[in-house]
Amino acid sequence: MFEITILVIVVSAFLTLYRMVKGPTIYDRILTANIIGTKTVVVIVLAGFVFASPQFFVDIALVYALINFILVLAFLKYVEKGRLD
Amino acid sequence: MADLILLFFLLVCAVTAVAQRELLNSAIILSIYSLIMAVVWVRLGAVDVAITEASVGAGISTVLFIAVLTRVKRREEITRFRVQVLPLIVVLAVGAALIYGTLDMPDFGSAAAVSNTHVVPRYLEKGVEETGTDNYVAAILASYRGYDTLGETTVIFTAGLCVVLLIRSEKKRRL
Repeated sequence: MFEITILVIVVSAFLTLYRMVKGPTIYDRILTANIIGTKTVVVIVLAGFVFASPQFFVDIALVYALINFILVLAFLKYVEKGRLD
Repeated sequence: MADLILLFFLLVCAVTAVAQRELLNSAIILSIYSLIMAVVWVRLGAVDVAITEASVGAGISTVLFIAVLTRVKRREEITRFRVQVLPLIVVLAVGAALIYGTLDMPDFGSAAAVSNTHVVPRYLEKGVEETGTDNYVAAILASYRGYDTLGETTVIFTAGLCVVLLIRSEKKRRL
């Protein structure tokens, strides 16, 4: 059951690669990074249920969500201002 | 099945990152690569490696890439493509030698591998009793190999201090 859910989410993340490869503007690619980040958070929690120890994996998923947020902020700040500070 | 898709994912990301002319795009695609790589680590059960990959690979190194991009030109120069024969031969020969070297490696997770027969059984047997933690990775890193970890931390701390000092002095000179 969890395996099938993981498969569906991975496939749906895979579809966003089209925008990553093709994406005419930089925002398409940033959005791809964000979407794949949110998908991976879900996949990690589901993998925790597959390994029957969700408590460890929830921690990683949280770290992931935070890093994804920082990443998108860094990209957007650079695109808008041309510098990070 | 999901693992196959993830591996194909990695392949597409790597090829696209190299093919991009715009360096910011390459940085974004490399961060996606790291995100997928961390999922692969989780699927293999290596949870702590996945945390490191997520924080260092996807987080810090991407922000460092962007920090570098603020100082250099964002677009790659278009250079004329021509095949250089000698470097190509060297690269192919080294690659073939490395692949040949992996043929002698024991199977993945094999119990008969040297690394699994030498000290690991003793760690597994006495680990909980001697270090008082249930996590064997933490026991080995922080207790059995504590001095190694202390040395690594010292090296990385010194490197970080040096980087901070160098960047500071540069800024002061400009002001």
